[in-house]
Amino acid sequence: MTGVVTPNAARFVGQSVRRREDPRLLTGRGRYVDDVTMPRLLHAHFVRSPVARGTLTGLDVTAARELAGVTAVLTAADVNHQAKSMWNSMMGPDAGGPPPRVLADGDVRYVGEPIAIVVASSRAVAEDAADLVVFDIDPLPPVVTIEQALAADARVHPERASNLSGELPPAPQPELDELFDGAAHVVSEHFTQHRYVCVPMETRGLVASWDPWAQTLEVVAATQTAHESRAAWSRLLGVPEDSVHVVMGDVGGSFGQKMFPGREEHGVVIAAKTLGRAIKWIEDRTENLIAGGHAREETADVSLAFDESGALLAGKVLHVENVGAYPNLGDGMAASAAAIVFPGPYRMQRVEYAAKGVYSNTCGHCAYRGPWMMETVVREQMMDLAAERLGLDPLELRRRNVVQLADQPFTTATGVVYEAVSPAETLEQAAELIGYDAFREQQAAARAAGRYLGIGLSLYIEPQMGFGILATEAATIRVEPSGKVNVLMSTGSHGQSLETTIVQVVADELGVAIEDVRFHQGDSAATPYGPGTGGSRSAAIASGAAMQAAHETRDKILQIAAHLLEASPDDLELADSVVTVKGVPDAQVPLATVAAVAYLNTDAMPPGVAPGLEVSSRYKAPFIMFSNACHAATVEVDTATGAVTILRYVVSEDCGNMINPMVVEGQIAGGVVQGIGGVFYEHFEYDESGNPLTTTFLDYHLPTAADVPDLEYGHVVTPSPTPGGYKGMGEGGAIAAPAALLNAVRDALRPFNAKITSQPLTPEAIIDAIEAGTGASTEAPS
Amino acid sequence: MTDARVPVTFTVNGEPARLTVEPRTTLADALREELDLTGTHLGCEHGVCGACTVLVDGAAVRSCLLFAVQLEGADVTTIEGLSPADGSLNPVQEAFRNCHGLQCGFCTPGFVVSLTALLAENPAPTDDDLRQGLAGNLCRCTGYQGIVAAARQAAGTGVGQ
Repeated sequence: MTGVVTPNAARFVGQSVRRREDPRLLTGRGRYVDDVTMPRLLHAHFVRSPVARGTLTGLDVTAARELAGVTAVLTAADVNHQAKSMWNSMMGPDAGGPPPRVLADGDVRYVGEPIAIVVASSRAVAEDAADLVVFDIDPLPPVVTIEQALAADARVHPERASNLSGELPPAPQPELDELFDGAAHVVSEHFTQHRYVCVPMETRGLVASWDPWAQTLEVVAATQTAHESRAAWSRLLGVPEDSVHVVMGDVGGSFGQKMFPGREEHGVVIAAKTLGRAIKWIEDRTENLIAGGHAREETADVSLAFDESGALLAGKVLHVENVGAYPNLGDGMAASAAAIVFPGPYRMQRVEYAAKGVYSNTCGHCAYRGPWMMETVVREQMMDLAAERLGLDPLELRRRNVVQLADQPFTTATGVVYEAVSPAETLEQAAELIGYDAFREQQAAARAAGRYLGIGLSLYIEPQMGFGILATEAATIRVEPSGKVNVLMSTGSHGQSLETTIVQVVADELGVAIEDVRFHQGDSAATPYGPGTGGSRSAAIASGAAMQAAHETRDKILQIAAHLLEASPDDLELADSVVTVKGVPDAQVPLATVAAVAYLNTDAMPPGVAPGLEVSSRYKAPFIMFSNACHAATVEVDTATGAVTILRYVVSEDCGNMINPMVVEGQIAGGVVQGIGGVFYEHFEYDESGNPLTTTFLDYHLPTAADVPDLEYGHVVTPSPTPGGYKGMGEGGAIAAPAALLNAVRDALRPFNAKITSQPLTPEAIIDAIEAGTGASTEAPS
Repeated sequence: MTDARVPVTFTVNGEPARLTVEPRTTLADALREELDLTGTHLGCEHGVCGACTVLVDGAAVRSCLLFAVQLEGADVTTIEGLSPADGSLNPVQEAFRNCHGLQCGFCTPGFVVSLTALLAENPAPTDDDLRQGLAGNLCRCTGYQGIVAAARQAAGTGVGQ
């Protein structure tokens, strides 16, 4: 169907149209899940394990149940047998993993694991009652780190043969071995990345209500997807999909965490069914930090082989991910996606990508903006390490290896085909914008004066998956009898501005004013099925569906108008909600008249054309599509204190045609600052007993307005071959920023030969790296 | 927990509020649950994120760190009270919209209230004044780019003067 969509005149697309969402959100009239109430609403609170691994005995909820205001205290014995099945549509029912459970039963496997659900007349009473729940845990030695998971006799899940959640074994590749054996240079390094987490400003939450007479479940949820939530709770309760209705209002960020319902949400749904009541659960911040889903704790051993000229020949990676106890998606590994995109923007002949996921007695892994980003974190650091070894500037080494537009279609070493990506162009634009050569001079002068400046590049290609559950998106467009337009889609915007951007796309494609178009999403009963918003899919795939449906709607409008005007549809144009015969301005009919005929005067319809002006159309995305960008950062390191100042930060992005440049830059900025947070500020820490140490915002530090520079943007526009020429770009900022920053700090500390291969780069870590460096620290002026 | 409730009277957005609350009820919970003013959001409930910021006698405070019973006689303004009744936006809100100073919108009421207080106290802030003044509010979506731009624009319009 892709080929039939030809863009109508662009009036709104390409403009930084102010957001439709903003007035309500700026005036306190947004409707987030905690703003929702219902008749006889009850409130839930979880009793959670304070121990990482141990045997659970003596659970006694009697005193809690007796507290005034408490409706129920539910334990595994009440809840777990009601969970008929727990799986998600992305991985299917056979995704493996430990036996899922809603509440801990017999043992606990991470701090924060839910043990009981208290349901009471208020959240405060529920928390009071939780304090009255009695239990004993005999602690067992926990598995916390990747090293422990691989070495320990202790198993996180006794039902599993080992602590491996999954494995991508290396495949024998004689050609790869030959490339390494014959290479002029082989550069190898071990990298570690620390655990950091999504931290949406709104925590998880839902209001679930079971009607025992209708046997239906109504849920208002903080989620990215109404339909997948519906599927999950239909499976959970063993009730038909159409007896579950999920609605989402405004959602206060997610970044992957709310893509799939977790065990707490499942527990609240079961409690609602058990009690036949409406129950609200709003996670508090400490719960969100310790139990909301974790990410990014990974290691990688990487080797790259180069020839004499600096041409990249081949790469080998062993990637290990700590997926916690209960990852919320299959084996919790992002390695299979990382393996596909590891070659990134570079020509290389062969890649071997092996990976392991390991369970630990920690919070389970969840998706976080660019879950596979370790591939870019390590590849882009390797390019800088290799440049140093080869005696080349990192910019020059990238120039020698980057895929050019003229090379495309280009098949990567992992078999992916690039079309219409511009890594070389963004590399040059970023270098130009940041004044790369001038900075090198400034850096040399600063070093002579005892100041340590550095520059870092990070080049990447961002995939948008178009297969499995992510393959399609649909739009229903209803031109109402007055000619006003409603668009209904499965998306679940939680900051992505779709109420504005989809309206821009539809208004242009139909030929109506944006004021005449309204967008509706996040309702499993009212909108067509779809996977929701995530995976950088909405700009390209949801817009593709919106364009396709709008195109078909326009065709029908022109068919009806042609009949009314006694003209051929081919001679008509639709603009400003009026259909006109081209070249005959007086021969026109308003869209409102066409719509009124379609519903109210159907005998005036053209013969053979169905009455009504409602179109539902499903768009199939390509298997995989790509956007790309180059990040360039300059920093100054204070070698006395270890403090890093980001001097400038430039992003050159190519996401094809931009629907709304303001929104594009907003997405870049949010991602970049999550990368800044990850590298310099954020670290979710456990002690050796598996106790979380960063359980509030006093300990888990997010960057603030005082910590970030003004970002600078460049845009290269290489339209995709898909409808509208749009490409998804929601995750790239977070994927590429860490390597740019790590490379900039390493570059600043080159005089010290400081080893920068792990994160976070706290002041202490930087001082340690300087002191451990083989560079003459005596060079460092006091 | 005893059910002893305490009466408290204060002004919210120009209207008198007469509540009877548990002593442990925070101002944030009283605003949201007793007065249905759900524009004040709770992002951490431990005084760091600033999403729950309101004005008390003109000063920006974190409503999660005050008990409602401490408000006797005080004058409280929430995001609802800063919003024009005619459906328009005030200049600070307008600047946020112009500059894409919000994405998911959850932290936004706190930022609008904080910036309003900042500009009232310091009508001609430097860039550093703005960044430091907004550093008590956390945003996870925007990378602060649109927020700082909005603050500059609002300061430039002289809304605090």
